Amino acid sequence: MPRFTPENLTVAREIVGRYPRPKSALIPLLHLAQEQDGHVTDEAMAHIAELVGVTSAEVLGTASFYEMFKFEPVGRYMVNICTNISCQLLGGEELLHHAEQRLGIVPGQTTSDGVFTIEDVECIAACTEAPCLQVNYRYFHKITHDEFDQLVDDLRGGRRDDIPPHGTLARVRQHIPVERRAGNVTPEDTAIPVWMSATEEREA
Amino acid sequence: MAITDAPKIITGRFSDPESHTLARYVATGGYAALRKALTMSPAEVHEEVKTASLLGRGGAGFPAGVKWGLTPADVWPRYLVVNGDESEPGTYKDRLLMERDPHQLIEGVLLACYAVGCSQAFLYVRGEMALAQERIAAALNEAYTAGYVGRNILGSDFSLDVVLTWGAGAYIVGEETALIESLEGNRGMPRLKPPFFPAAKGLYMQPTIVNNVETLSNLPWIVTNGGQAFADLGAENSRGTRVFAVSGHVRNPGVFEVEFGVTTFRDLIYAPVYAGGIQGDHQLKAFIPGGASAPWFYEEHLDLPLEKGTVDRAGSMLGSGAIVVMDETTDAVKACLRVVRFFARESCGKCTPCREGTTWLENILQRIHDGYGRTSDLDLLMDVCDNISPGIAWPPKQTTICPLGPSAVSPIASALQRFRPEFEAAIARAEEARMSVPVDFPKAAAHA
Repeated sequence: MPRFTPENLTVAREIVGRYPRPKSALIPLLHLAQEQDGHVTDEAMAHIAELVGVTSAEVLGTASFYEMFKFEPVGRYMVNICTNISCQLLGGEELLHHAEQRLGIVPGQTTSDGVFTIEDVECIAACTEAPCLQVNYRYFHKITHDEFDQLVDDLRGGRRDDIPPHGTLARVRQHIPVERRAGNVTPEDTAIPVWMSATEEREA
Repeated sequence: MAITDAPKIITGRFSDPESHTLARYVATGGYAALRKALTMSPAEVHEEVKTASLLGRGGAGFPAGVKWGLTPADVWPRYLVVNGDESEPGTYKDRLLMERDPHQLIEGVLLACYAVGCSQAFLYVRGEMALAQERIAAALNEAYTAGYVGRNILGSDFSLDVVLTWGAGAYIVGEETALIESLEGNRGMPRLKPPFFPAAKGLYMQPTIVNNVETLSNLPWIVTNGGQAFADLGAENSRGTRVFAVSGHVRNPGVFEVEFGVTTFRDLIYAPVYAGGIQGDHQLKAFIPGGASAPWFYEEHLDLPLEKGTVDRAGSMLGSGAIVVMDETTDAVKACLRVVRFFARESCGKCTPCREGTTWLENILQRIHDGYGRTSDLDLLMDVCDNISPGIAWPPKQTTICPLGPSAVSPIASALQRFRPEFEAAIARAEEARMSVPVDFPKAAAHA
């Protein structure tokens, strides 16, 4: 049952607690669900809806707007090849065509062994290193066709431990220690912050 | 003064491989500005930023000190939202600032919140930037443990929680009201402003300051050295330094911090210490001066200094600090199509002129590029452009809520103005081909 596991549920509750309004945790929780299952399942969305107090339809409404959320299983490695202007000028489109031929799929498809999915993406913010691509959101810069082939072989052969499976974004999570936590400020907390009121008193 | 003498205000630690750690940051003077600020009143810190005349580095270039002052006086709580959702093609300075110097950004956040009276800050990082998220999370953990963030910071009565949050892949979320929507757990669609200027009604309809990563990264230096020292650098209308990313057909593409007004486009593109000139034996054809939405510049603009006022008057913008250089082998139709396709794909769909218009622009350019163009296509392109951005003037007017739609118009208008013969030649080839093959334009090709 792909609801959150007990460990992830603890994490999810902590994430919800960081925001003045629970619904703000929606996108982080969708990432957490994707990290757990590789894609966002209907059950996970229902669970998220329960946790943040909205309907499943609202969760889907938000999730479907964002490109990074996948609602069907994708490959273990999501290969995002940039074909935007800087990469295009330096061979990004040719790199994409090469990848299509090498893997035998077109953007949006997954290889039959379930290892790779390729996507033709917009700028991934590495323009001076063009042409570039991301594998599970980790950068590979100035990629030649040979380097791409090598990368594919290494990933297939399990020789790239530095690239975690799809869904795992940041491996370090923010941790707010209880004793240091200043606490949420909800819109209803209309008190003036202490350090601002001290100033006003000083000035008055 | 040589062009390379400008101080490295925010990229000074970039060459240090350990620059993202708290130990290295503190050893190189980090968090001194926070200690200094805590001895000053919030109003004094705000005054320093106003004196510095720091312009927002996100693209629009609104003065940060003025923006902070727009919050209504007695409305609490106020929030700070850090815009780290950088996605404009050509741009990636913010990613480097987050990956290589996260503590500098966190210190900037603390200074801004102290001055404005924000009790909670949200650091919104673009979804695809895994390393930036990892580094910022680690830096925040260190800062919490060391007492720089959280309750009673450094023993003072200043308390602030900084929450790392992130998006999931949508360019439009870089627009401040769309970012706020996303942070509230909604689809990232822009809000109409007025009335929802975030400084008055932003996150949860409370006063909210939305600042770009680069803007906030400048604050520690400003507080340490004083606003006047910052204002003494740069040009009349653009104080301080700016980080530019030069990419495309240049020998040494890279990210460079230069002083405003002193350096010219020619320096940045041709000087060996910067991008080092055009690749191979090629010539400059055109360059995009400030992100994909900026009108293109050419040979005759090379000697313009990098300064907001001058570039604005010349009919373009420095925007997000992204310079994309194209040599003479570049196909203007193809380059134009690629930029427009970006805006068509990334339109959030809220406003009809943008949703429909950008898609039409893409389809028309695609058929010209594929060799199925019609003689009437160029007029049609301009007509569609005019419906998104009436008058096709600069700065653009818009029929949409946010500037994404008009952003697609600028590259078309500038490419057509300068390289019209290339478009016409592509269409003429298509017309000739149609003479010999009596078939109409195949639909599939338009959407390929």
